[in-house]
Order: sequence, then C-alpha cells, then structure tokens
Amino acid sequence: MATLPLREKLAILSDAAKYDASCASSGAAKRNSLKSGGIGSTESTGICHSYAPDGRCISLLKILLTNFCIYDCTYCINRSSSNVRRARFTVDEVVKLTLDFYKRNYIEGLFLSSGVIRSPDDTMGEMVEIARRLRIEHRFAGYIHLKTIPECSQELIEKAGLYADRLSINVELPTDEGVKKLAPEKRPETIRVSMARLRSKIDEKSEPTLRTKTRERFAPGGQSTQMIIGADATPDATILKTSSRLYASYRLRRVYYSAFSPIPDSSAALPLMKPPLMREHRLYQADWLMRFYGFGESEILSARPDGMLDLAIDPKLSWALANRAMFPLDINRADREALLRVPGLGTKVVKRILETRKHRRLRLEDVGRLCQSIAKVRPFIVAEGWSPGGLTDSATLQARVAPEPRQLSLF
Amino acid sequence: MSALPKPLPRITIRLAGQTDFDGWRKAARALAMREIPADQVGWAVSGAASADLFDGAAPSRDAAPDGGTAFTVPRSFVEAAEAVICHSDAERFSLLYRILLRLRREPDLLKIASDPDVRRLEAMAKAVRRDIHKMRAFVRFRRIGSGADERHVAWFESLHFIVERNAPFFVRRFTGMRWTILTPYASADWDGERLAIGPGATRADAPSEDDAEALWRTYFSSIFNPARLKVKAMQAEMPKKYWRNLPEASLIPDLIRGAEDKARDMIQKLPTEPAPHHAKVKARHWPEPDVEPGPDDEGANASTIPELRAAAEGCRRCPLWRDATQTVFGEGPEKAKVVFVGEQPGDQEDLAGKPFVGPAGKMLDAVLAEAEVDRSEVYVTNGVKHFKFEPRGKRRIHAKPNAGEVKACRWWVDKELAILKPTLAVALGATAAQSLLGKTVPITKMRGQVVEREDGLRVFLTIHPSYILRIPEPADKEAERGRFLADMRAVRELMAA
Repeated sequence: MATLPLREKLAILSDAAKYDASCASSGAAKRNSLKSGGIGSTESTGICHSYAPDGRCISLLKILLTNFCIYDCTYCINRSSSNVRRARFTVDEVVKLTLDFYKRNYIEGLFLSSGVIRSPDDTMGEMVEIARRLRIEHRFAGYIHLKTIPECSQELIEKAGLYADRLSINVELPTDEGVKKLAPEKRPETIRVSMARLRSKIDEKSEPTLRTKTRERFAPGGQSTQMIIGADATPDATILKTSSRLYASYRLRRVYYSAFSPIPDSSAALPLMKPPLMREHRLYQADWLMRFYGFGESEILSARPDGMLDLAIDPKLSWALANRAMFPLDINRADREALLRVPGLGTKVVKRILETRKHRRLRLEDVGRLCQSIAKVRPFIVAEGWSPGGLTDSATLQARVAPEPRQLSLF
Repeated sequence: MSALPKPLPRITIRLAGQTDFDGWRKAARALAMREIPADQVGWAVSGAASADLFDGAAPSRDAAPDGGTAFTVPRSFVEAAEAVICHSDAERFSLLYRILLRLRREPDLLKIASDPDVRRLEAMAKAVRRDIHKMRAFVRFRRIGSGADERHVAWFESLHFIVERNAPFFVRRFTGMRWTILTPYASADWDGERLAIGPGATRADAPSEDDAEALWRTYFSSIFNPARLKVKAMQAEMPKKYWRNLPEASLIPDLIRGAEDKARDMIQKLPTEPAPHHAKVKARHWPEPDVEPGPDDEGANASTIPELRAAAEGCRRCPLWRDATQTVFGEGPEKAKVVFVGEQPGDQEDLAGKPFVGPAGKMLDAVLAEAEVDRSEVYVTNGVKHFKFEPRGKRRIHAKPNAGEVKACRWWVDKELAILKPTLAVALGATAAQSLLGKTVPITKMRGQVVEREDGLRVFLTIHPSYILRIPEPADKEAERGRFLADMRAVRELMAA
C-alpha cells in the first residue's frame, strides 16, 4: 500500500475524530517539567488553545491512530462498510506531531482514539506505546487521554494507566438495546465489565501504599465515557438514568453526550438531520444539576410526561416552575441545598451569598450584583426589602423569566 | 459644626513601573499609617528605574519606618492586589489604596461580595486572570534555528500588564526549550536556566512563519464539524482581537462560509454500497451471528457449574441486569457438600464478578476461619445474582431485592443445587432463606435452626454477615460476631455429621 504524506494522513485522521464530543483536558494531577527538564505541564484546569467554528474548544490533538476498523457500527464514519478514505499513523508520527504542536503552544496534549485493526490488543498496544514514548523517552508532561478498547487485555489497561492522565471507554449508546441495534458487534456486557475493572484499578492505586504512603500514579484524571444522542429514539429520562448509574457505578468524571451528527456515506438506518445541538446542551445542563446541584435524576424530569427535557428553557428553571410551592426562598436564611435550586443562582453565587450574609443582610440589589441576571432570580426569592408577592405563582411567570429563543453556547 | 479640616496638599506617588507592586505597597502603607484620605493621593507611573516616593509632598517624616507598626491586611487582599496591579486601568492604584484604608476599619470588607469597591476589585482581578489565561492559550511559538541554535519565539498582544506574572507558567511548561515571548510593553526570555524580563518589542521582531503551521491549519480545518456551526460560541471564547496572531484564524471565514453546503452535502449523500473490503472483514472477524439463548430455557441443559455460570451471564429473568455490571454467580468446588447462600452481590462483588469479596465477604471469611470451616470446601452463592441499588452521586446505595426478583433468580439457585447435590445449605439472612425455602421466614426467631425441605435438603438459618457490620456499638458488634461464630461452629458440626 502506498503511504500517504503526513499532511493527508492528518486530514483524514482528524476528520475521523471530529464526531467525538469529549475534549476536556482537566482533572489531571499537577505536574510540570521543571525537574525533568522536559516539555509540558498540567495545572488545575486545562487550557483551550483554539476554537473551531462549531464553537467547540480545541485543547488537545484529537486524532485516530487509524480509521481502519473491523467493527461496523452504523453511526460511525469509520465503520468497516464505510467508503471513507483510510489512513494509518505510525507510532513515530503521532509522537512527533504531538511534540511539534505542543512546543508551539497549539495544544495541551494528546487525545488518542483508534479504529480497531487486526485485534483489540494490537491496536491498544500501539496506543500505549505512543504514550510510553512521550512520557519516558521525551519526558513529556502534557495531558494524555487514551480511548481504551474494551476488549483489550487487562495488562494493557494497567500500562495505559501508568502513562495516561485519563482513560475512557465509550458506552456508545444510552441503552443496551441501542448498542445491539446500531453496533451489533459491540457487547454492552464487555463494556460494563471494562469500566468496572478500570474503576477497581483506579480505586486500588489511589490507596496510599503501606510502604511509602505516596500514591502510585494511575490515570489520575479518572475515567470518562461518551454516548451518542439522537441516533435512536431513547428519551432524555432514560439517558439521564443511564448517566446517573454510570457516575455511581464507575465513578466517572464525565459522561459526554454527543449529538448524532450526519456522516457522509451514512447508513439508511439513521436519521438524516442536523445534530440535535440544543438537546445535547440541555442534557449537559441536566448532568450538571445531578453532579453539582444535588438533583436526583428522577426529579429533573418528573414534570415532563414525555420524558424529554424542555428545549425552550433550561432544566433548572423548568423544574422550579413545576415546583413553585418551594418558592420564594429567603435569601438571608435558606440553606445551601435550597439556594442551589433557585434558577439563576450558580454554585459560586450561592457560596458568595452564604459568605456575605454572615456580615450583612442581603437586599435584592446585593444579589443583583452577585449574579448574572436578577430578572430570572427575582420571582423565586425573598430578600431584605423585597418580596415577589404574587409573582411566584403568576401564570405568566414562564414568559417573564424565559429567555428569548436563541442559539445557546455549548460549553 | 466643627471647623473644616485644612485641605491637605495633594500627594502624587510615582511608581517604578506598571506592575510595581512593592513600590505601591510601601507607599500605600506609609500613607495609610498617616490616614491620608484616598482622594488626596494621585498615582503615576514613571519610566525611571527607581520610585521617588511622595513626589510633590513633604517627605513622610512621620510615616512609620518599614517593619515598624505596620498594620496587617488579609492575605486575600494582598493576593488580589498583586493581580489587580497588572490591570491596565490607571485607576487601579487608587482603588487598591481606598480598599486598604477601608480594611483598617472594616476587616471583613473583602467577604462582603456585594460591596461596590469589592465588586470592582474582583472584576479587575478577574479581567487580569482572564487575560493571563488567554495568553496561555493564544501564545503561538514559531521555531527558529535548529540543533543547538533552536529557539521558539512568540509575539503576543495582551490587554493588561501580565508578562512578568505569567512568565513562570511558561517556564514550568517549556522548561526544556529556549523561548522568548515578545509583547508591546515587555518581553520574557528563557534560556533553559534563567528567566529574564526585558523591554517591549514590535511584531517585526518576531519570526513571521513556522513550518508546523501548515499542519496545524490542516488539523484545525479537519477537526471542525460543519454540521455543528456555532460562530457566536466560538467568538465568545476566542474574540476577534486575538485572531491576527493565530495562524489558524485566517481559515475561519472560509470554513464558516462553506459550512452550510458541506453539512447539506453530508446529509444528502445517500448511503452507498458497502466498501469493497467490508465482506472480507466480516467473514474474518464476525463469521457467525451471535445466537442469543432463549429467555426461558437458558441453562436448562447445563450439567456443570461452569456451563451454568456461562448461561447465567445473559440472564434477563428480571430487570435487575439493566443497572448491574454483570451476573455474579456462585463459586466453589463442584464436589462441595455445603452451600452458603447470601442475599445479593454488593458494590464490590458487582465490580469483581465474584461473590462475597466485599466487607461482608471478609467478615464471613474471618469467622469461617475461626470456626475452622474450610472455605475451599464450600460453595458460596447468592439468592439474587445481580446487584440492586439506587445511584446517589458517586455511590450506589444497596436496595433490597423484592419477592419477584428473588423468585425469578431461584431458577439459578435450584439449578446450582441440582448440580451440586449438597447435604446442607446455610441461609445467610432473610432473603437467602426466602430463596431456599420459597417463603418468608422470621430469621431472628428461627436463627440457628435447621429446616428440612421436601427434597430432604437441610437448611441452616442464620443472619447475613453484613448485619454485624452495621452495628455501631463495638460491644454489641463483638457480641453479635460471637453469636455468628457459634452458628458457624454449629455448621461445622452439621457438616461433619
């Protein structure tokens, strides 16, 4: 087979990765190259070095090692039956590209995924080798995320965890039935067991050892997963239920929702439409409510008989409008858990309200200075000198607080 | 009304540079000690190397000497001030001084987030932080020279005076590289060992291209998905003012223009024939479609425990499989004459796929060892073989299986018993007893008793070891463990009989 020039390979193998939603480079342990004299650092949060016109950040060199694949997942551009052009990087090429881009400050690190060729172990073995060379031979201290192939050996996973900041295993679709239908060769049972093993390994390695009291390094950024939204008819309620199960079962740092995007040379089994970006956005908002605001998966959608998130307003506002008996809340007395349920008050604002009210009683304008928009908050709170009166129960409340319909930003 | 205080002469403080925090601090401290009101003080930045303090005013003979009766301010103020001093707003010095004065009477001032001065301070600190972040994001190095002469040089236009503050980040990140960052007001240079802050430069001082940029542009245009075009979202994070120094930014207008057509093409492109190599791949890797066992007769023909275990992997007899990781089947020698039946797997068992490996399993092991029951001679299993739980944040809270689930899973327990043909079964807890006897049994009342089933199997009733773990009082816990140990000794007697 004739080998392609590097630039063409890069075009094919980054195009092949562009349907993948996850991009974060956060959650790594603090690390820099002062001692090693190498290249790279990770600090508290990742840095987005650029943004594509799709609004998504570019923080990592996100590529596939190869887009040859023995699987035939209907929704995937790289499936075995697809007529897409194929390419394959060598280990050296990926290492060099990563270092060259990193040294020019284009990226935070590498996000490496791959189609499966020959066998899962062969493919995973090459991915691990790339990470090893970067870390050991080039003293690279930047971020490395490897997309694990569920069927590969446990030994390779353990090696991957030594070099990578984060490992991920895709659950592909929100339900087992969906996987069976659209990714017939993938086995949900294997995917689940792989995630369980990874969690056990991360748990085990994060225990201080008896001898040294220091922790062994193993995927310090934890594990994440991704599922495709809108390729089948699964409702949001089921998606959130799956997420909440995944967070609890495998201690995932993130569940990524990737709106199904039409792919060239698509299969007839899939919807031909623009990706449901607003739905994806609402799912991320609901996900935040579960992770940072103490909402249970079942209550977010309790007022929505169709099990779908409201596309017109955000899920917290939607919940508050359906649960008005809880409001208005006294901003000077309500506890943290209750304040977190007020539409328009984020975790940071709530923290500052709690801090400030130790020293003075808050008026409506004080709250206004702390949050982005008081208009949304006003009907739901009581403050010094302010009571919403009948506003909270007004029939026109939704129209007053709901934003004008517009395209919202994704991240 | 008392006489108005005589207006003090206006004092101008000249600082050594835009980010002369030490100079500001020294002057501000001295002024504050003398209670000079903020509106009496003007602040200026001179290009001179040294600050001539109290320019235009009488030298502060009565100001406290350094380290004298200096007052303290919260650490958080010093941290905020160090950041805010980098802001480009000329008002920053007087804002900081005003807050410093107020802090003497209002020590908790900074905790009052709604105060206008505090708001302004935080807004400025935030603007500086953002600019620092954007510099970390949007600096683009260009390589010059090669081998020993290799260097990386960048041109960057910051909004605030952040070069000194941000340089250590680039040192930490690019220790092994020789680099220079040039900006209009200052430059930072790292030679591999030493950081030097120098004067400003112009864009022409930086290299104009780099051979990696063609690849980077290829990456940028290929990773963009035209079906997801969101220009506003992009610009919110990457404002146009930064574009002129980003090699990829020149591609953006064309990518946006072409997106609609490309997305439509993608949608309209009809499915084509499978790729030529597909049939070969399929024949090689996926020769036979998986035949799912029927839902009702799975495991019916199994004559060994491994066969039965394999059949149970795909069990769909009740809905518990949906949330669990895997079926946790029984374990032990096939010649075992004693079977221990627990309730259901827990968090650890669900992950490991083995029964009794979690805290309750460790308790059982310890007590069995003490009672001299050889665990390697017994078969251990559960009445229900999938973990039932409620997710709560990052944990799973154990939920009790209901009668229907216990009944559904008896299919497997019965098959296990049919293969093993034990002489004794030990029911650990009520669910296990329910599974073995087909009815609910008051376990605390009947504990230690042996009930004989119709098929002749003797069932010994006791508690589940996790019950002991849940007792908070150490003395009670120890007593309960003693009772459980006595039960296990009784089991050993029965095994021998």
